[in-house]
Amino acid sequence: MTTLSHAAVARLRRLIDEAPAESRYEILETLGEGGMGTVYLAHDRELERDVALKVLRAAAPSSDDRERILREARILASLEHPGIVPVHDVGVLQDGRLFYVMKRVKGERFDQFVHGEHSRTELLRALLQVCDAISFAHAAGVVHRDLKPQNIMLGAFGEVLVLDWGVAKWQRELAGPDNANTVAGTPGYMAPEQLHGVVDSRSDVFGLGGILFFLLTGQHPSSSIATDGEWREEQSIPTALRAICERSRADNPANRYPTAQAMASDIINFLDALPIAAHTESLVERLARVASRHRTAILLVLAYLVMRVALLIFTRR
Amino acid sequence: MPFPATHLSLVRRVRSTDAATRARAQEALAAVYWAPIYSHVRLAHRQEPADAEDLTQGFFAEAVRRDLFARYDPTRARFRTYVRRCVDSYIANALQAERRQKRGGAVTFVSLDAADIECRLTTEEDIEADAAFEREWARSIVETALARLRRQYRATGRTVPLTIFEHYDLVDTDDARPTYAELAAEHRVPATQVTNWLAAARRDFRAHALDTIRDLTSSDEEFREEVRALLGREPS
Repeated sequence: MTTLSHAAVARLRRLIDEAPAESRYEILETLGEGGMGTVYLAHDRELERDVALKVLRAAAPSSDDRERILREARILASLEHPGIVPVHDVGVLQDGRLFYVMKRVKGERFDQFVHGEHSRTELLRALLQVCDAISFAHAAGVVHRDLKPQNIMLGAFGEVLVLDWGVAKWQRELAGPDNANTVAGTPGYMAPEQLHGVVDSRSDVFGLGGILFFLLTGQHPSSSIATDGEWREEQSIPTALRAICERSRADNPANRYPTAQAMASDIINFLDALPIAAHTESLVERLARVASRHRTAILLVLAYLVMRVALLIFTRR
Repeated sequence: MPFPATHLSLVRRVRSTDAATRARAQEALAAVYWAPIYSHVRLAHRQEPADAEDLTQGFFAEAVRRDLFARYDPTRARFRTYVRRCVDSYIANALQAERRQKRGGAVTFVSLDAADIECRLTTEEDIEADAAFEREWARSIVETALARLRRQYRATGRTVPLTIFEHYDLVDTDDARPTYAELAAEHRVPATQVTNWLAAARRDFRAHALDTIRDLTSSDEEFREEVRALLGREPS
């Protein structure tokens, strides 16, 4: 047996001391690969539960990479909301790769969910939960920047979680000098101004509009509402929902909903058959909406009137 | 990590009435303490390498003859401190009475290569005797734990995980360390399997290291003190 070098002894002493992350988390399988790293399904031996382990790809991360993944973990840690996947731990693997540990979400991705047997109302209610989570993030000063159906997960108990905050930023950073240098997002869901590195919370409203478009049509949106050719042929989509989608996906941020909450309010109003802010309705549309809202009462009145007429005819005989 | 009430450490087993148990415990203690004591004799007592080796061997023979390890009183000092005092006392007497020719007798405790220890002592000329003793003690703990890990893995047929651990964690420099992907390709297993095997080996190595310290102490308090000495903090 050869004698151990000082370096090897020092490393072994560190191994005793550090109780390395790998000894706590057993990697089971790959869940997904992203631009920055890989997400694994792992088992937390200490708490005896499955978790999602996001590991930065670079073994020798630059200070920028390190800062990015730490920022992502810190952003998630700062957003305690039922619609935002919580972060449990952050650390460095023995080979130098950075990681953080998230709750493992079991369920269905939103893009798969949309193609399932679900009513439009169910889909809209799920989107409302996304709006709520994003609204919370905006209030906490965070912009997601990459909202799309693939980054939303629906849990087994009906919970809706927004995932992948890898390119999220603090709004205070977006106002800084670096803002113009960073372009992040997914075509179709990325607001036009993001191409120029200009982002604020209204860019997320554009992403939410893209998700609404996908929800209504089953199609991925184009880069601009003006080029959504297939959109016009979707006759079964109510005008109010089209208007909400168009307003949230307006090319000019000033013409969009100012907040995710404002967009959510219009969706709620639509579901409750109330007037929405995004569309000025005609008299016919208004009557149709009122009729839709008071359908039961109108049917009862009509039934009563029919019965009275029938009774009148019967008694005259 | 409390000291298990049922755990019988070497320090306790060395008092056993069973001669075989006592001899095994003495031998195991000698294996861990040979290098630290040799360093101590060389530096604190300024002995030449050959004399230091002879005196170290002589000390263990004396310890057996006089049952020194069994006479340790945990209420007065740590075991490590007690051993060092015994060595100092033995060296003083030995030098005074010029009994070197009688040292050792027929008993040989360990077959450590004093040249390796000598090499470590001479590469750092300014090292203090206390620091050398501490460093050799820590090295002994690590090497004992590693030997236990190797025995365990070879006995259970886990040679590939052991090889991966040795190739990854026992290299001299970071440049010489292979990546997980390289180890995976070399052993034809997925990279995740490499990380899981490494994790398991490290966990087992850690357990052996703590068990080794537990073996060399007689109470929970002393165990914690020694872990602090090795790690610089409380065991987690």
